[in-house]
Amino acid sequence: MIAVLVLHVAVAVLAAVVGGRLGRRVFLLTALAPLGTVVWVLVEGGAVLDGTPVEQRAEWVPELGLDLSFRVDAFALMMLGIVGGIGVLVMLYASEYFHHEKGLPRFAAFLTAFTGAMTGLVAADDLLLVFVFWELTSVTSYGLIGFKDEDPAARSAATQALLITGAGGLALLAGILLLTSTTGATSISALTELADAGGIGGTQASWAAALILLGCFTKSAQVPFHGWLPGAMAAPTPVSAYLHSATMVKAGVFLVARLAHPLADLPPWRPMTIGVGLATMCWGGYRALRQTDLKLVLAYGTVSQLGMLVAVFGSGESKLLFAGSALLLAHAIYKASLFMVVGIIDHSTHTREIPRLSGLRRAMPAVVVVSVLGGASMAGVIPLLGFLAKEAAIVGYQQAGFAAAGLALAVFVGASGLTTAYTLRFLWGAFADRPGVTTEIHRPGALFVLPAAILAVPTVVLGVAPALTDEVVRPAAGALYEKAAAYELILWPGITSAFLLSLLALAIGAALFAVRARVEALQAVLGRQRTAADHFQRLLGGSLRGAARVTGLVQHGSMPLYLGVILLGMVAIPLFHLIGDVRVPDGAVLAESPLQAVVIVGSMLAAAGLAVTHRRFAAVLLLGTVGFSSAALFVLQGAPDLALTQILVETVSVVMFVLVLRHLPDRFRVVPWSTANAARIAVAGIVGAFMFGVTLTALADRTATPVDEDVAALAYPQGDGSNVVNVTLVDIRGFDTVGEAIVLVVAALGVLGIVRANRGATDG
Amino acid sequence: MAERDGRPQEQTPRRPTLGEPAVVLDIVVEAVFHTILVFALYLHFAGHNQPGGGFIAGLAIGAALVLRMITGNDPIRTRFPVPYEAVLGVGAVLVTGTALVPLVLGNSLLEHHTWEVDLPVLGAVKATSALPFDTGILLVVVGVIGMLLQVLGSDDPIDPEVDPPVGASSGEQVG
Repeated sequence: MIAVLVLHVAVAVLAAVVGGRLGRRVFLLTALAPLGTVVWVLVEGGAVLDGTPVEQRAEWVPELGLDLSFRVDAFALMMLGIVGGIGVLVMLYASEYFHHEKGLPRFAAFLTAFTGAMTGLVAADDLLLVFVFWELTSVTSYGLIGFKDEDPAARSAATQALLITGAGGLALLAGILLLTSTTGATSISALTELADAGGIGGTQASWAAALILLGCFTKSAQVPFHGWLPGAMAAPTPVSAYLHSATMVKAGVFLVARLAHPLADLPPWRPMTIGVGLATMCWGGYRALRQTDLKLVLAYGTVSQLGMLVAVFGSGESKLLFAGSALLLAHAIYKASLFMVVGIIDHSTHTREIPRLSGLRRAMPAVVVVSVLGGASMAGVIPLLGFLAKEAAIVGYQQAGFAAAGLALAVFVGASGLTTAYTLRFLWGAFADRPGVTTEIHRPGALFVLPAAILAVPTVVLGVAPALTDEVVRPAAGALYEKAAAYELILWPGITSAFLLSLLALAIGAALFAVRARVEALQAVLGRQRTAADHFQRLLGGSLRGAARVTGLVQHGSMPLYLGVILLGMVAIPLFHLIGDVRVPDGAVLAESPLQAVVIVGSMLAAAGLAVTHRRFAAVLLLGTVGFSSAALFVLQGAPDLALTQILVETVSVVMFVLVLRHLPDRFRVVPWSTANAARIAVAGIVGAFMFGVTLTALADRTATPVDEDVAALAYPQGDGSNVVNVTLVDIRGFDTVGEAIVLVVAALGVLGIVRANRGATDG
Repeated sequence: MAERDGRPQEQTPRRPTLGEPAVVLDIVVEAVFHTILVFALYLHFAGHNQPGGGFIAGLAIGAALVLRMITGNDPIRTRFPVPYEAVLGVGAVLVTGTALVPLVLGNSLLEHHTWEVDLPVLGAVKATSALPFDTGILLVVVGVIGMLLQVLGSDDPIDPEVDPPVGASSGEQVG
């Protein structure tokens, strides 16, 4: 498994480096990466389906309990098959889709990296590792959605997707951490074992589940976070066909499926998954019915289908987990092929707007066949894969034991009606003849249609041969929950109530399509013109304005005020304790020697002079005097290292000051007396008095043994040096020194930048 | 800045950085400059057992540079076109590098080692891995001071709103 991931990274790097010479054939190179996944699935698949998961583990950050631990069971295998198989087809499709666009190598590298991240996500066992790959998919998809970076709409869509899924990622991380700390299980497999032993419950686990679901909902575009998915249609169609059908949006569904069995009995789980899922299913279907852009019809359709998957998996019931696995497979296949069809239409006619399309039926019959098969599977028409899966879901709801399962079933059937309606709208929109409209059509090449056509094959074959499908879906569902492996897909159930409900959904859809003009009129009347994306933009704009306002308030740019706040902040709390509790150490003397007194008095005079002088040069010299006085004190106390350092620092800094002074007026600006001056004097007085009090009291109030004895005792045996100061600097507290050195470097670069920037402005 | 505008530095009209040249100062500084450098090296190597060390040695070298600066015989740009940014960078790499190397070798961060070698003339010489670390500190300090002298000592006006620099331009050519 790790080898497959390494292959993805290698191919991505290779594509970025040599891709420029290959043109659009770079995708034939990058197809190798998902092909590797497919080969892996074919080689290891047999054993995994028989019930022996492939496990691989490598240590990564043992301190965090974070391992590169992968565990491919039958469900992960099915996802790997989808990610790899559709990945290969999408790469082939992309090699026909693009012409000579700028930045293709970058795009190909991002697409390969995304494929790798998705592969890792479905194969990962460690929950933190799942999160790492989860974030990688968010980041790489940002580059993919924003591929047309000159287009502001694409940039904004990419940002929106990144912000929403990124925020969800944070919730997911919090949920994972909370869950692992409450249960002690750090991997999905351990969590499942724990749940089978009945060990998961309690308030904290509930919160964890809610947070994890929040993350899943953002990723899988559930209401109210769904706005980014239609926006992401700004991406090139191969991206939509891959990310928004088979893979990234499935990440949330995948995690819901994985965790449904262990966590479904926690109080928030079922209301959230089933409630939000069904709401999304309805809302997506409703919105799909008023879109005129074919791609947006599919995008809202995808939102709806993702809602369905979340609702079905989220129940955690064995039969529904089984049905969900089948639905997941079916959806990945038909939705990828339908997105590819949209890309073909877009390329052949240069439009995706329904009112401008006419006559496509005769121009591209193969595409029509592919679309009808895919659409029929989406709507759930017998005998296609979609029908079998949906039928299983309806039976699952009928047999389900959780509260309000009947209501959920009703909503599910109704929303399936919406699915049928927008499927018909899609097919009608793409291929119907419109009187008075002539569309210029370039016939698509056979190679361009091939990937979509290949996907039509499993839609049919897996439908008419349910025994074959069962070979994959049963172990996959069984990997989620043992009992779920007991079911099978049924092609012809007889006239059962479930079958009648399937027919009812089709009938509702057909009826809605028949009265489509009225439906559109009704939607226009209800007409909420604002989309979720608009709300998102308003929220984003508002928070940016708010941040600007807060910044303006806090970072006002007045240096005296900054200093005042910092100094008062420093003294505020200790001062409160210090007042009335100033102590004088035993045996305190005014001065230890006359020399000390002289130095200190000199230093005080210099400081006082500094405060009143009007000349900058004098101020610098007086400041230097204070510094050199300190050095003199160090000498008197017998600290040569400190004294040496202090003298050198003062020397250098006085000269630096003088260098700067050359550029400044000779005298300080004369400021008329004001309350600001009084405030400054007050601050200075308070801070001075405070430091004096603290120093006295600290000396008088010593409770711990002075550390210098320990340090001195450690210096030679540990650091092999008899200069304690130096050993302390380079060894005992060496890490601090590293930090200080870095701060010094950063500050110097900052000064350099500021000075050069000003010079540049002058020169310019 | 030497590279700025692509002009060769010698073409720039130069005048003493700080006021008029003073002969006595110039000669004294010329005399002590190299002594200070040697003394700084002594401080650097003695540092582990006696007063000194990388930081102090760096400051001493910095003070030497400052002296040269004061004489107006600005060595920083003309005679030694030292790329102080590079010195700074090498120092930073050395500091972090020596901190991280023990980590790679499986010890804890910043763990130091001591080796004792018998050399023919010098006798037993003790070397510790704290030395490259300290050398890194030295380079960082020298780099910072040199760089600041370079940018602050340059005669280009720092701020367009402030009067031109004090001290009349003598138009003297240096270098």
